[in-house]
Amino acid sequence: MLDNASESYVTADGRKIGGVVMEMRNITLRFGGVVAIKDISFDIREGEIRAIIGPNGAGKSSMLNVISGFYHPQEGEVWYRGARRPAMKPFQVARQGIARTFQNIALFDGMSVLDNIMTGRLNHMSASFLDQALWWGKAQREEVKNRRVAEEVIDFLEIQNIRKTPVGRLPYGLKKRVELARALVAEPSILLLDEPMAGMNVEEKEDMSRFILDVNDEFGTTIALIEHDMGVVMDLSDRVVVMDYGKKIGDGTPDEVRNNPQVIDAYLGVAHD
Amino acid sequence: MPEQLVFAMEVTLNGLMTGVMYSLVALGFVLIFKASGIFNYAQGVMALFAAMTLVGIQDGRVPFAHIINEVLGTDIHYFGWEVPALLAILLTVLVMIGFALFVQKFIFRHLVGQEPIILFMATIGLAYFLEGVSDLMWGSEIRNLDVGLPQGINDTIDQVTFEIFGYGFFIDNLDLWATGIAAVLVAGLIAYAQYTKNGRAMRAVADDHQAALSVGISLNYVWILVWSLAGIVALVAGIMWGSKSGVQFSLSLIALKALPVLMLGGFTSIPGAIVGGLIIGVGEALFEFSIGPLIGGATENWFAYVLALVFLVFRPQGLFGEKIIERV
Repeated sequence: MLDNASESYVTADGRKIGGVVMEMRNITLRFGGVVAIKDISFDIREGEIRAIIGPNGAGKSSMLNVISGFYHPQEGEVWYRGARRPAMKPFQVARQGIARTFQNIALFDGMSVLDNIMTGRLNHMSASFLDQALWWGKAQREEVKNRRVAEEVIDFLEIQNIRKTPVGRLPYGLKKRVELARALVAEPSILLLDEPMAGMNVEEKEDMSRFILDVNDEFGTTIALIEHDMGVVMDLSDRVVVMDYGKKIGDGTPDEVRNNPQVIDAYLGVAHD
Repeated sequence: MPEQLVFAMEVTLNGLMTGVMYSLVALGFVLIFKASGIFNYAQGVMALFAAMTLVGIQDGRVPFAHIINEVLGTDIHYFGWEVPALLAILLTVLVMIGFALFVQKFIFRHLVGQEPIILFMATIGLAYFLEGVSDLMWGSEIRNLDVGLPQGINDTIDQVTFEIFGYGFFIDNLDLWATGIAAVLVAGLIAYAQYTKNGRAMRAVADDHQAALSVGISLNYVWILVWSLAGIVALVAGIMWGSKSGVQFSLSLIALKALPVLMLGGFTSIPGAIVGGLIIGVGEALFEFSIGPLIGGATENWFAYVLALVFLVFRPQGLFGEKIIERV
């Protein structure tokens, strides 16, 4: 474990983990009288897979929504790339290079898989209104390039055969994969995954785990994910934050977290004395 | 060829072209409904307002002349210049974009996430408000709109049909132009929605707000864009209908003719608005031609609604609308 925010290191399997890219400082989030997140701080390093785990209602999803700008904390600061981030709308956060998926899948059901994935490239289009309307020059070149990136990701996630299928018709597991593809084509600097394995069968979970690892390995994408399946998370991630009742009760490598007595209590339900 | 059949052909052709005019109005509804789920009751008044503004700019009228004269004790009505049609159309487009900004900033931005019925009520309010503004700005007299589109009988068609059938069809040049312009407009809109960044963003917002936000789409921007497009479509409809029958209050009532078109074609489909308009246009013309004389005529006032009702019973989502599937 490193204390220096800008220092980097190499993992056992040879991946390079860089300095801190995002830092949450003393975040507190309340909904009326309910405190969803209580004074939590942690950081995310470049190139790592960072997990946030905890039992149901621990505040994991709220934390992800704070990062992606859907919720705004009453107290605390979000630091991104060495600067404090002002309160932002979700679309502005997305334009800064933070892509996400949703626990209950938010895809455009009426569009084809390819069209869905192409929406992930919207921030990589800068052609002027007129160019777009007349479909010449920059607009055309951009579309060609964006299409190429989309096709690469489609190949990578092995969904070539459903490219033209309307998303509404796909089974659950494939929808999750399309959502991942849409987030990936944005070439995000941080990829947020909200329960990527929720509701999947064992085979689908294995596929998804493989894709997450491959994405991180191949593109060097920083990934922050929420999961409540402990087993999956421990195999995937470099570092884990554990939340319970809105508080942080553990933070460290999977091994450190596994042996943390507070974490064991939270998961096994042992009474505190 | 029997005479009746030849007449029926002429009626069908004219019906088709009236249908295109209905489609133009319906198109404005579809654009806004698709992207924001708002049924925009004000679409007809927008067409009236756009046409009034166009005529006003063309004639060099002073906007709000009545108020200005009342307050300052002056008596000015005209700037004393005339603006060429093309420039006047461009200026009117700018006014409609300004209107879109206004509507989004002061009304619908504050109503995000409200029930559809509340949004609908807001557009009713907007319709009457805009009608008032239109009156204040340009007065309420009937105006002649002439942007240089040819009018009157098309001689070529008249002669050709006379040689074939021994009876010359009466097809108005204006209707021909309207058909052509509508076709270009629709093809353009479909291509725009399908292949451009903003078009894709529009479709994304229409489909799922949350997902749209997460890929970096600003809902506000897309809504302004959509209202602007609807404003431009309203302007085109206003020009066509205004050239045909003068710019007057009744222009805002063509919105009511768009309703059956939408029920038929589906509220969410651009091609649906076109086909719906054509079916209604032809249907009511043929009905009036064949059954009308038997029951005293004027069937055009109600036939479209009855046709739409029949469709509603068998296909509630319209011909092209998205299927309504409810899982139980």
